[in-house]
Amino acid sequence: MVNASQLEEAPSKGAIAQAKPYEYVLEVVNARKEFPGVVALDNVSLRVRPGTVHALMGENGAGKSTLMKIIAGIYHPDAGEIRLRGEAVHLATPLAAQEAGIAMIHQELLLMNSMTVAENIWIRREPLNAFGLVDHAKMHRMTTELFERLNIQLDPDAEVSELSVANRQMVEIAKAVSFNSDVLIMDEPTSAITEKEVAHLFEIIRGLRERGIGIVYITHKMNELFEIADEFSVFRDGHYIATHPSSEVTRDDIIQMMVGREITQMFPKEEVELGDVVLSVKNLTLEGVFHDVSFDVRAGEILGLAGLVGSGRSNVAETLFGVTPATSGTIEINGKEVSIQTSHDAIKLGMAFLTEDRKETGCFLPLDIQENAQMAVIHDDFVKYGFVQEAKLEKVCREISQKLRIKTPNMHECIENLSGGNQQKVLIGRWLLTNPKILILDEPTRGIDVGAKAEIHSLITQLAHNGVAVIMISSEMPEVLGMSDRVLVMHEGRCTGILDRTDADQVAVMDLAAQ
Amino acid sequence: MTTHTATTPNATLEAPSKRRLPQEFSILLVLLGIAAFFEVLGWFLVGQSFLGNMSRLQIIILQVSVIGIIAVGVTQVIITGGIDLSSGSVVAMSAMVAATFAQDANWPKIIHPALVDLPWFVPLTVGLAVGAAAGFINGWLITKTRIPPFIATLGMMVSARGIARWYTDGSPVSGFTESFAMLGNGMGRWAPVVIFLVVAAVFHIVMRYTRFGKFTYAIGANPQAARVSGINIESHLIKVYMIAGLLAGLAAMVAIARIKTAQAGMGLMYELDAIAAAVIGGVSLSGGRGRITGTVIGALILGVMLSGFTFLRVDAYYQDIIKGAIIVVAVVVDMHRQNKRSKKT
Repeated sequence: MVNASQLEEAPSKGAIAQAKPYEYVLEVVNARKEFPGVVALDNVSLRVRPGTVHALMGENGAGKSTLMKIIAGIYHPDAGEIRLRGEAVHLATPLAAQEAGIAMIHQELLLMNSMTVAENIWIRREPLNAFGLVDHAKMHRMTTELFERLNIQLDPDAEVSELSVANRQMVEIAKAVSFNSDVLIMDEPTSAITEKEVAHLFEIIRGLRERGIGIVYITHKMNELFEIADEFSVFRDGHYIATHPSSEVTRDDIIQMMVGREITQMFPKEEVELGDVVLSVKNLTLEGVFHDVSFDVRAGEILGLAGLVGSGRSNVAETLFGVTPATSGTIEINGKEVSIQTSHDAIKLGMAFLTEDRKETGCFLPLDIQENAQMAVIHDDFVKYGFVQEAKLEKVCREISQKLRIKTPNMHECIENLSGGNQQKVLIGRWLLTNPKILILDEPTRGIDVGAKAEIHSLITQLAHNGVAVIMISSEMPEVLGMSDRVLVMHEGRCTGILDRTDADQVAVMDLAAQ
Repeated sequence: MTTHTATTPNATLEAPSKRRLPQEFSILLVLLGIAAFFEVLGWFLVGQSFLGNMSRLQIIILQVSVIGIIAVGVTQVIITGGIDLSSGSVVAMSAMVAATFAQDANWPKIIHPALVDLPWFVPLTVGLAVGAAAGFINGWLITKTRIPPFIATLGMMVSARGIARWYTDGSPVSGFTESFAMLGNGMGRWAPVVIFLVVAAVFHIVMRYTRFGKFTYAIGANPQAARVSGINIESHLIKVYMIAGLLAGLAAMVAIARIKTAQAGMGLMYELDAIAAAVIGGVSLSGGRGRITGTVIGALILGVMLSGFTFLRVDAYYQDIIKGAIIVVAVVVDMHRQNKRSKKT
């Protein structure tokens, strides 16, 4: 039987193999990887010291994920070498990488939703009893011990499908830790979790660091870099740019390195003359999910919606847009009470809704850019006798695409082949085509690179300038604070306060969000 | 994360934008390959040409027509991410009901003496209506009770077959009016082929160029995104299943008009042939991908194989074994192609 203390003392694989000392636990030397038509990595190197957090910075498309997949044994480099604990290794499969002591937490969580937490963690390594059957009691115990060590409060027997994204993240981390790996790769682990959960995650990461594990940490978020990383490496367009200790540089330096151009303003917020109240929501309730939410939005105003994940922010947006119609409360548009039972109702009323999850509720992955962009507008416009006016639509789609700077050769490229930032732009384009008066944006810049982010921010500003009423949900505090005229904060399904731009700062918002 | 996004704003995808041939092209090549295969074997083994026989080609395409009409409807269902297992039974049910409206007064065995010598469009309308009603029930069950399409249409498959037997106590119906029989034998016996091609052409246009078609693809590609885009998924799905039922009814009319009799056992396993035609034609069972033209070619591949094996005097048992293998291979090839596509990103 394995007990907690044994687990704690279990030597990492490195300790066993520590025949000769090594400076770097993981080294990638001059790696090159080509895909048909693209050089994803060109002569890239990475050196990670044991007991440090090494951040990888770069825009989407810089080659970070490709590099990680090489380290995790998913891709094989065309040239170059990987050294683990000072020795060259060949990682033929993800399993080989895992056995060599490299664990990876993917950006898209790879858990089996219909199985329990414990089953997910110990899959392929289930403890067996004397009959060769899975020993569930022991597995439960092992999970509990693992969780205690990491200070995770989760029921090992809960089904993963019942957990929030943040909790699933915790399961992934626990699973990775359970391998006693020397190298732990985390691909944007905070992209879907709230500040409080991030704090917990960082606590865990610091604990792992103290145990001598080398952590490779991919992120887009600058403040995280300074908070958690010891060193960082910057990549751009498949090239290695530089490695520095994170204490020696400024935010602007890094952005400079990442984009190779200057981004002068992170949040191009403009003071806009506010118009009349366009949307007025009173006591909006979806029984059991959120209650008595009331607010107004004026033309030209950006209302930020802040709160922890699970506070009901996205549910309010979905209800406003008719995805899950309200059980009580009223919605007024331009002073007239309206009934919104379906998304089509909302679209007809001049509303638009960029959803939170690009893949789950946004993109039609098998379809091309134009088909993705036109889907919300062909209810009433651009249709004659039921026929879609393709030529006309292609023209407006191309105009929007140029305006949003979507990088694509033509409108008939499959959206699957675009980067996250460009997919997001196509989805924004889908809603711009409908000429909305009220625009709801749920995490408009999640998981996209700095350049595209800035472009989307200035686009939002421009739309507000043109008199669109904007509601913006975001888990990124700087974004909410930087872009909003007012910030509505939610906590456990209720609105706990609305702050003016001048009063809204990180502390005030967190105060209302965490109560 | 894509690997080919450049940093400069005016750059386009670095990957050269090859004008990919539509997938249907490769399926067409497979069809031609199979035909050529039988042609060559024919000369060696049987000593005659496979393709150089007009009446054989006519029989192939006539046989394909009935399955093909059904497959055009099933394709749309599959593109929405669903499945229709009921089409074969719906063929039998529509056939039995409509046949009792199609009898000639001089026939010795009349089912409904009041319903003889009716003009051809009466039984035709009845057949289409019965099919559409079955489709409506399928769609209604799927959207209102949220049971999976597999189960809903499995239930319809069993029940519709039962109705077909019950309707005339199991006895076949024959003796159709001259005008009704034209549906199967008119235009110099080409009527079924013409009807099939018209149906395929109409729905090819519907799927590619109309809002209805776009919404069908959208629902299959991502139902949640479709809902947020303002598409009424429930009513749309009901329409799609109704079209599938309606086309099964139409296929039934063509079939009984051609073979001049309707019986409760007809259409057995037609649903599987129709699904096979779609799948061989590149329609993805996960929804959102596929074209009517692919299904038409897929149906032709099935027809050519059936005829070819008979021509080579291959035993019927082997025919089924090989047919099964071909369906599986088609899906394997399709999956492989999709994997390759998603690996690129």
